[in-house]
Amino acid sequence: MSAPDLLAFAHAVASGAVRVIDLTQTLSPDFPTIALPPEFGQCAPFRLEEVSRYDARGPAWYWNNFTVGEHTGTHFDAPIHWVSGKDLPDNAVDTIPPHNFIAPAVVIDCSAQSAKDADFTLQVADLLAWEADHGRIPAGNWVLLRTDWSKKSYADFAGLRDDGAHTPGPAPEAVRWLVEERDVLGFGTETIGTDAGQAHHFNPPYPAHFYMHGKGRFGLQCLTNLDQLPPTGVVIVAAPLKIRQGSGSPLRVLALVGATETGR
Amino acid sequence: MSKPLVRPKRKNPLQRTRLPLLPHGQRSRTAHGLTLAAAQGRFALQVCDDCSKTIYPPRDACPYCLGAHLPFKDVVPDGRLIAETTVRISTDPYFRERTPWRVGTVQLDAGPLVIAHLHGDTVEGERVRLSLKIDKSGAAVMVALPAVETADMQADPILREMTCDPQFRRVLITDGRTAVGQAMAKAFCEAGASIVFVGIANAWKPYPGMQTLAGLDQVEIVPLDLTDSQSVTDLAGQNGGRIDIIVNTAEHVRAGGIIGRDGISEARDAMDMRYFGLMRLAQAFGPALRFRGADGQSSATAFVNLLSVHALMNWPAFGAHCAAEAACLSAAQCLRAELRPGGVKVLNAFFGPLETEWFQTVPPPKLAPSALAKAVVNALKQGLEDVFVGDIAQDIRERLAANPKALERELGEG
Amino acid sequence: MALPARTARTSYDTVVACAPVTVPYTRFSPESAAWWIGRALHGLLAQSGLQIKDLDGFALSSFTAGPDTAIGLTQHLGLTPRWLDHIPLGGASAVVALRRAARAVQAGDADIVACVAADTNHVDSFRKTLSTFSRFAQDAVYPYGSGGPNASFALITKNYMNMFGATREDFGKICVAQRDNALAHPLALMKQKLTLEAYLAARPIADPIHLFDCVMPCAGAEAFLVCREETARSLGLKTVRILSTIERHNAFPEDPVQIRGGWAMDVDDLWGMAGVTPDSIDFVETYDDYPVISMMQFEDLGFCKKGEGPDFVRSHSLTNDGSFPHNTSGGQLSVGQAGAAGGFLGLVEAIRQLTDSALGTPVPQARLGLVSGFGMINYDRGLSSCAAILARSA
Repeated sequence: MSAPDLLAFAHAVASGAVRVIDLTQTLSPDFPTIALPPEFGQCAPFRLEEVSRYDARGPAWYWNNFTVGEHTGTHFDAPIHWVSGKDLPDNAVDTIPPHNFIAPAVVIDCSAQSAKDADFTLQVADLLAWEADHGRIPAGNWVLLRTDWSKKSYADFAGLRDDGAHTPGPAPEAVRWLVEERDVLGFGTETIGTDAGQAHHFNPPYPAHFYMHGKGRFGLQCLTNLDQLPPTGVVIVAAPLKIRQGSGSPLRVLALVGATETGR
Repeated sequence: MSKPLVRPKRKNPLQRTRLPLLPHGQRSRTAHGLTLAAAQGRFALQVCDDCSKTIYPPRDACPYCLGAHLPFKDVVPDGRLIAETTVRISTDPYFRERTPWRVGTVQLDAGPLVIAHLHGDTVEGERVRLSLKIDKSGAAVMVALPAVETADMQADPILREMTCDPQFRRVLITDGRTAVGQAMAKAFCEAGASIVFVGIANAWKPYPGMQTLAGLDQVEIVPLDLTDSQSVTDLAGQNGGRIDIIVNTAEHVRAGGIIGRDGISEARDAMDMRYFGLMRLAQAFGPALRFRGADGQSSATAFVNLLSVHALMNWPAFGAHCAAEAACLSAAQCLRAELRPGGVKVLNAFFGPLETEWFQTVPPPKLAPSALAKAVVNALKQGLEDVFVGDIAQDIRERLAANPKALERELGEG
Repeated sequence: MALPARTARTSYDTVVACAPVTVPYTRFSPESAAWWIGRALHGLLAQSGLQIKDLDGFALSSFTAGPDTAIGLTQHLGLTPRWLDHIPLGGASAVVALRRAARAVQAGDADIVACVAADTNHVDSFRKTLSTFSRFAQDAVYPYGSGGPNASFALITKNYMNMFGATREDFGKICVAQRDNALAHPLALMKQKLTLEAYLAARPIADPIHLFDCVMPCAGAEAFLVCREETARSLGLKTVRILSTIERHNAFPEDPVQIRGGWAMDVDDLWGMAGVTPDSIDFVETYDDYPVISMMQFEDLGFCKKGEGPDFVRSHSLTNDGSFPHNTSGGQLSVGQAGAAGGFLGLVEAIRQLTDSALGTPVPQARLGLVSGFGMINYDRGLSSCAAILARSA
């Protein structure tokens, strides 16, 4: 295979022939983070402290310090994040081979089912049905689950009730199938985590984390704008911060789409 | 009889805000024995160890026997108002805008003669009860009250000037998620606060008691996250100019000491919520509070800190928590000095373990949040600076005063 | 332990007071206290023909000389005294200065003592003086309405009225009579006649104190010399003799509210030493800040009994040309209160009356005068009281 014409690619981006769609939520203090029982360690929400703003603290410049958890906002999960992936090689954000950060994606639209049922669970059957329409999910692809959850109010987005969170996510069998039968690169969602809100009751609990990371695959969560993506033909650029032994990181997730390809 | 307070008319937004002035607040070191008593709502005068005579004004030698040991002791505050005057012309700018102002000579049953501010219901020649109050300057003053409670006596303008009664004032409860925050909201509603703003962080996260809280008549839920500078600044920008009392109910209680915990994440969270939270609150709301310290009948009046009594002496079972509380206590002392130019008080309410989930494993006695809330409202009505609520807090205070080293060892033994 | 009996007091022999000086008062002054003290000393030298170096004794009273005291002012003013005193007793300063200086001269410790009281009055002096007047004032008085002496004397006045039935009319009579006396006095700041109606209708300051019960703070200075009679004669100065003096501080601390001053402890000594009786006195200069204190002095100095002050006032005219001439220059109530110089006003006026040099109306055939001082409201009452009986020199 001859080397692709990267300059032609760059021109295509500049001209709009390749569209760049931002799949990232803005980092802000009030964006919901995952809720754990209060006695556990907590994921730090995003916080910004001004260092100076053209004032006595720095007359000509404006800048901030920010603090944030590795799993706050739109973020990347590395295999080391889960106990099932803890001993894998190159399992942290600083050691994952960088070619993984640019990869194609398929988009599974479950927005209709999710609108009806906050506890919608993605089954193998749903994936097979998608393949019937769009063809087999290729190996090395991101699988992005569209639920339109990113369009909800924060309260509905978090979906917290007396018995915990109620948000859609994959069934254990579906995740296992994606990893073992389709060899996908990772799983991405609009919700606060890759797993369903009630996934602590699944077997195993948190299957997206358990199976994906157990096999060295990745996660993306708190994505937005998935409704602008076509089911196939998408390239994802998702490079986490290079944190030594980092388990994940907030990041900018970009989707590249051919100009003619659109979502619904 | 005092006239009951009337709900103040809405302030004309074009009216200039009267700036705070303070009465003369300088005192001798010895006279601050009165400040100590007043801060805690006690009535104490010097009593000579040698001749047992009660002495006032504060002295450094007994005028009866020249004894040098003159400790402040609780004294019966009853006496008779011998002579009164109404000051109509004052040299002091603070009093100039508050005249006519009644003062009088009170002969205490305990002996001394006391010049005192006069409550409106006191009558020359009749019995009175003296009370030590902290005035706007932060110094202790004597206030003569009628010997028997009168109707609406709390509404007396002189008393209102020396106290922080929530009636017709607007209150901010900074965290309404906690049991204490909800109890406070209820107590301040019952105390006649005109609006009780209750801060809720992460409104997307439901919490127990949400319906009841929102159902209280005067309560207005506002977004407030003390760990987020922007959130605090935003609320101050919106409501800072109309909050008269701030009650910081933010809490972060976790068991465990210093060595025994892995890392500092939790301790950092505690400091962020408690110490930095206090600092964010003070920075965002302090200037407006201080500016509005003389803004009419319902002026800005108090900043309330809720502090573990173990801020005063660490309890290693909750060692890291206590350290954060100690930081808050220290900050509160600073804040007190910084709010004083506005005549705004800082009330520190100290308490032991609460009847809440974080002290689940701690044996009784534990303090009900409603009891704490009641005590805080009461302390504001009295104008106190320090209140020790509940048996544990009282016990720790006494043991600390008696022998801090003994208390340190005893708390360390679990 | 039985202490030996008190020794009898010795007389002041031929020690005299002379050279009464008043530096005309002003309501406010941008000048310093040192300036006013300098003018007073200058007046003493002008009147006596002495030179600075001849003043070998210096007694000073001033509230506003700070941070200086008498010693710093010796260098400021070029004095080289061998006897020096700083007398911080306000309204009691003059008699105390007189009796100390007299004993110094009598004993040969000094020959000519300049007794000076002077205070300036900047626009903000009064308020600043009040808040820092004393520790008890700071701790236990000033924070209570900051009414200053008006409020403190209001309580004393109210209590006196409650106990002895004095009325505002009684106090008014004292003030009105003094104003009558002042109208002829060229240096009095108050130039207008005061009627009882105007007194009663004046605005309240601190009930029951009303405007005309209060002195007007001002700047000014008063001074006199104490020396031997022969020294004065050699200078051509007219003199007055000192028949007796008393001084007392913090008397009757057990009285709940002040109804008497230290005079009541020493009054027998005052008359006994002088060898005269109250009815032989031709005029009385009391310390009149406020009229209730003048009334107490009538009682405590033996002109009437305790509680009879109101009746005593009702039965005398108190004017220079009537019965019981009182505060013959108009007193501080009409002349003004120039700080510590207010304490000197009566004594300087008495020297004038007894040396035929009254600036206002002379008291006819004045031979004996009584001067009384009172001062220093430290907490709830005036602490210092003093008095002197002076006689025209033969």
